[in-house]
Amino acid sequence: MQPVATTFFFYMLSGLAILGGVLVITRKNAVHSALALILSLLALAGLYLMLYAPFVAGVQIILYAGGIMVLFLFVIMLVNLERSQKEEQFNQQWIAGLLAAAALGALFIAIYVKGQKLFPQRILQMPEESNTQQVAVLLYGNYMFSFEIASLLLLVAIIGAVVMAKKRI
Amino acid sequence: MLASMFDGIKAYLFSGKSTPGQADSIPASLFWALVYILLIFLGLSIAVIAMNWLERKILAHMQVRLGPMRVGPHGLLQPIADALKLLIKEDITPAAADKWVFWLAPLMVVITAFTVFIVVPFGPAHAVTDMNIGILFMLGVSSLSVLGIVMAGWASNSHYPLMGALRSSAQMVSYEIAMGLAVVSAVLMTSLNDKGTGTLSMIGIVQAQAAQHVWFVFKFFPLGLIAFFIFAVAMVAETNRAPFDLPEAESELTAGFHTEYSGFRWSLFFLAEYSAMIAVSSIAVTLWLGGWLRPFTDWLSGDTWDMVFALIPGLSLLFLAGMCFYSTTRMPKHPSFRIQTAGLAGFGVVLAAAGVLLFVPPVRAWVQDIFWFSAKVAVFMYLYIWYRGTFPRYRFDQLMKVGWKILLPIGIGVLVLTAIAGVFF
Amino acid sequence: MLMAPIGTIHYLVVAAALFILGVIGVLTRRNVVIVLMSIELILNAVNLNLVAFSRLWGLHGQVFAVFVITDAAAEAAVGLGILIAFFRNKETVNVDEVNLMKW
Repeated sequence: MQPVATTFFFYMLSGLAILGGVLVITRKNAVHSALALILSLLALAGLYLMLYAPFVAGVQIILYAGGIMVLFLFVIMLVNLERSQKEEQFNQQWIAGLLAAAALGALFIAIYVKGQKLFPQRILQMPEESNTQQVAVLLYGNYMFSFEIASLLLLVAIIGAVVMAKKRI
Repeated sequence: MLASMFDGIKAYLFSGKSTPGQADSIPASLFWALVYILLIFLGLSIAVIAMNWLERKILAHMQVRLGPMRVGPHGLLQPIADALKLLIKEDITPAAADKWVFWLAPLMVVITAFTVFIVVPFGPAHAVTDMNIGILFMLGVSSLSVLGIVMAGWASNSHYPLMGALRSSAQMVSYEIAMGLAVVSAVLMTSLNDKGTGTLSMIGIVQAQAAQHVWFVFKFFPLGLIAFFIFAVAMVAETNRAPFDLPEAESELTAGFHTEYSGFRWSLFFLAEYSAMIAVSSIAVTLWLGGWLRPFTDWLSGDTWDMVFALIPGLSLLFLAGMCFYSTTRMPKHPSFRIQTAGLAGFGVVLAAAGVLLFVPPVRAWVQDIFWFSAKVAVFMYLYIWYRGTFPRYRFDQLMKVGWKILLPIGIGVLVLTAIAGVFF
Repeated sequence: MLMAPIGTIHYLVVAAALFILGVIGVLTRRNVVIVLMSIELILNAVNLNLVAFSRLWGLHGQVFAVFVITDAAAEAAVGLGILIAFFRNKETVNVDEVNLMKW
């Protein structure tokens, strides 16, 4: 299937993603920040679809937007941050933080301008129908060890989260 | 100009192309996608209205009473009266509620409930689109509806909706895992062909069942059946229906997550709940019950049996029309019932006309897939109502125990055994 | 550059912008939950970078992106668990209040 209106969709989705990012770091209300992050995550899933990565897009929607953000919203509601909304939102070293971020931005620009000639010229032609199968072949073939380590990591995280949140250890 | 449009329409309809995405040109695929989406909207609205009436009547008959009888003949106009009442009710927003999130929550639930129907296959060429990651997309968008419920509970700014929303979303997230494992077992079965590649696309899954000449619910008996059973239980818990409706039934005792919503916004939650029920039933039908395939394709094959099964849609509509005419004769003979009797007879005439229309050969061939798919989903809807009338409600800790300690290990076991069976058989 | 056909560099610029927004969020906000959400933003920017490059170099980028999402889930769970344990003791989610080694 031929891609349609790529420029329009790219600018719309990346605009939504960056708008979501800006709203995350500027809202007073933590729930509004979480909703903005969900918007950003869904826009990123759209960008993954444009990059011919449907499996990663599906995993992003199921796990990130539908799992991790539910966890965040749960905790925000349990912690009940009414009082924190009236406090000062940005901390004392915000100028230093902005300067550091600006330096990082300058570094990125320098790298991209100098390094753009190192990119390969051709874009790989990956058939879209078998994307999940090929990702699975890599995942259970080359990266089997990392897969097992990741499952161990998740087990440790589950146990850790349960122990942390218990009332009496 | 008009003639070329007609030619274009006929060329698309009879070309056997798979979905609007594969039509000849971009405006054509956009147009056909919009037509399909409009049809899905209309179909869903009619289905939700019918479900409302059916639920009240069937529950009533299960409880040895009659249900709504007054509003139309046998209460047939009751859902319309309910919809009108909800539309003209006052829309109250609590004063201390968060306005944006309060407005956004029902929207999110409804949008996710309707978006899953993009990939639902009513036939081999009757889906809005056939994504390669169809089943992954459906699971993902259903998991987004949990967010809407959490937002609804929080935005109401009151204790009881918050607790109801937290319980409801905890339940939905837990049973999503069991659903995912059951789905993975079914997808595993699609890869048991000679090329060894399965597919995640919904149309591909039904075609794999057709190619393997067995519905996945009967494959590797009893593994397919157990996986189907896990999904059937998890989908009832996922949609917050009895016997897992503690977060909802709290509204009878204290309050649920939609307690502060009134009027049109409440009806959006209600609409989204029924649409979600139909959506997960469509997943179950597609993955295990053979989608649009008619029953007994192999045992009762051949032209005569095909003709017999092809007549069933028309016959079922004629049967419904016959029941309408029978109840017309049983209506009270009092003069104030004349309008209702006439209405019921008219409804019967409409059903009979539709039934006769379904006997005409072109329509008969075209409606086969859609009819079998809808009939299987209708069986699931009846099962939902039956569960509501029969089972007592689970307590919340029992609910979580079933989800995590019973369904999850059985799901993992079925997955492993299916993989082993797939390798050796 | 704005109207050129969309190439890899466009996606990298978007990822860099999201990364910088996440870094600003981590460095300047007081609310612990929002700091954690900014960390998620950073991880997503990295994911976008990986997937954008995977179109040039092969599917390894997408596999790594799936691993990053898995790790983000584990980290979010543990981080929020720590937050709940902390909140239970001190009743605040202000980062500046975390100034004792033991209480």
